[in-house]
Amino acid sequence: MAVDTSSQTVAKAAGESARGRSRRAGRPAGKLRRSLSTHWYAWAMVAPVTIVIAVIIGYPLLRGVYLSLTDATERNVARTIGVNEIPATYEFVGLDNYAAALSSSQFFDTLGWTVVWTVCCVGVTFVLGLVLANMLNRRIAGRSLYRMMIILPWAVPGFVSVFAWRFLYDERRGLLNQILGGAGIDAVPWLNDPTWAKLAVITVNVWLGVPFMMVALLGGLQSIPGELYEAAEMDGANAWQRFRNITLPGLRSVSTTVVLLSTIWTFNMFPVIFLLTRGGPGEATQILVTQAYRFSFEISPRDFAQSSTWGVLILVLLMLVAAAYRRALRKQGEVW
Amino acid sequence: MTTAVDTPRRGRRTPLASLGLHGGLLLASAVAVFPVVWVLLTSLKPAKYATTTDFVKEATLENYTGLLSDTPFLTWFGNSLVVAGLTTLLGVVIAATTGYAVSRFRFPGKRGLMWTLLITQMFPVAVLIVPIYNIMSSIGLLNHAAGLIITYLTIAVPFCAWMMKGFFDTIPLEIDESGQVDGLTPFGTFWRLILPLAKPGIAVTAFYSFITAWGEVAYASAFMVGDENMTLAGGLQKFVNQYGAQWGPMTAASVLIAIPAMIVFLFAQRHLVTGMSAGAVKG
Repeated sequence: MAVDTSSQTVAKAAGESARGRSRRAGRPAGKLRRSLSTHWYAWAMVAPVTIVIAVIIGYPLLRGVYLSLTDATERNVARTIGVNEIPATYEFVGLDNYAAALSSSQFFDTLGWTVVWTVCCVGVTFVLGLVLANMLNRRIAGRSLYRMMIILPWAVPGFVSVFAWRFLYDERRGLLNQILGGAGIDAVPWLNDPTWAKLAVITVNVWLGVPFMMVALLGGLQSIPGELYEAAEMDGANAWQRFRNITLPGLRSVSTTVVLLSTIWTFNMFPVIFLLTRGGPGEATQILVTQAYRFSFEISPRDFAQSSTWGVLILVLLMLVAAAYRRALRKQGEVW
Repeated sequence: MTTAVDTPRRGRRTPLASLGLHGGLLLASAVAVFPVVWVLLTSLKPAKYATTTDFVKEATLENYTGLLSDTPFLTWFGNSLVVAGLTTLLGVVIAATTGYAVSRFRFPGKRGLMWTLLITQMFPVAVLIVPIYNIMSSIGLLNHAAGLIITYLTIAVPFCAWMMKGFFDTIPLEIDESGQVDGLTPFGTFWRLILPLAKPGIAVTAFYSFITAWGEVAYASAFMVGDENMTLAGGLQKFVNQYGAQWGPMTAASVLIAIPAMIVFLFAQRHLVTGMSAGAVKG
């Protein structure tokens, strides 16, 4: 696509013409009808998403927030046993759940590990993705083949690749330990020792995340005009200076988006932890999401209120991170 | 495979740099592919040799035949195909229309919508799963493919719509204008002129939706019960209980599950870089 230069003007032009029209929409009484006739096709096009999100995300969210303010557990919610319908008996308890969560060491321990997990995963994934994208952006024999193989983990369904890793990690008969054993090294308890388990889950998540990162950054690299490099080379810039002063600034807009997205995704990465270690050994690899899931599905009695409380806290944390991130970018003059 | 042997644009690469480049890429490819290949190789060994380190040992298909004849694997597979296929189809249509509207029109609620699409990504499964379960059961969609499809759309569409928006931003407005001059409605312009130009974006959207729906575990195992309704994700959980740590049948199942995803990947991979970059750059 050789048209990306015009895109901004295009978007601006589209915006201006539409805005001009809506501004002319005179008296308040006719305003709604006027804006309806101006915008009906735009609204019609976004209606499906809006409705689905409102029903499937909006309502559950409100309900989740409400549950977090009650003492709902499996024992007191409305349920049907045989032919008897038992009405809900849980009560509104205000912010008690939040006070309990925020004064417990369990929450902060889990949060600490979740932050470590997110930072490690996103950091390592980003660096590896950047290195590989730079390597693949050169003219090199077999480039498409390399690219295809490196993207492959993205195409494998998550539960299959997690299973594949569990198979490799298996303490007694997994391939990794058999190789170590062949070299005379004692078996490593990959998933049964807190520290090793943490390393193991991070490895798997990095393995899963690199393809997305690399593809996005490769696209970003390809949109940097080659003339910039030629000019820099004429001025005597060495490879590192070119990378530092052309490649990195050229990748800024892609990086900011993918880093934010993968931070959010990693923070909430349920399947890897759940399928690989179930949060174990003990609680060593439990992140906030898997812990919240455990509250409402795995402990007895299932504690819906606490689960919702943790869920709402996760959401608040992520929104704060996103807002802070956006603000930091704004300060540096980034228009995002 | 491209063989770009013509003279490089700037300076020749030293043999050492070439070696390093190929070495690095080979290593990365090997790490990326190995776990998957290992599962494939294991699935071809007789069950009793599943944990040997040999690459090939008495190659056999017994894991596959056992899997297909002893379990409702094919039913689950069919269910998964229906769910993932419909999610992909609807996901592409919805993401494309939303992306187009956000890219081309300025309308009240646009900023709010963009933010909602971003924030939706932050919602943890754990908070939503119980309320969504209740909704689905009250409108009778529990244990029904449609319920799962709607849920997956809420996961896939926000990201896809964002990506499509970025992609549409790269298509010049003149094309829309020429359509309007020729008397097409906004929908007509979108459908006949813009959509055909947005193929790379659509390929990425389709790929992403399919992978999301095909590999999702939490909702699938909570919403679907009974052998005839289960999708692979849920079915496999049952399977694990039934077969314990029998790696043989599990590896065979994994390979079969990976195949459709691979096919979609092969179709989409040519467009992934173009499609994603447009989307991610403009975000």
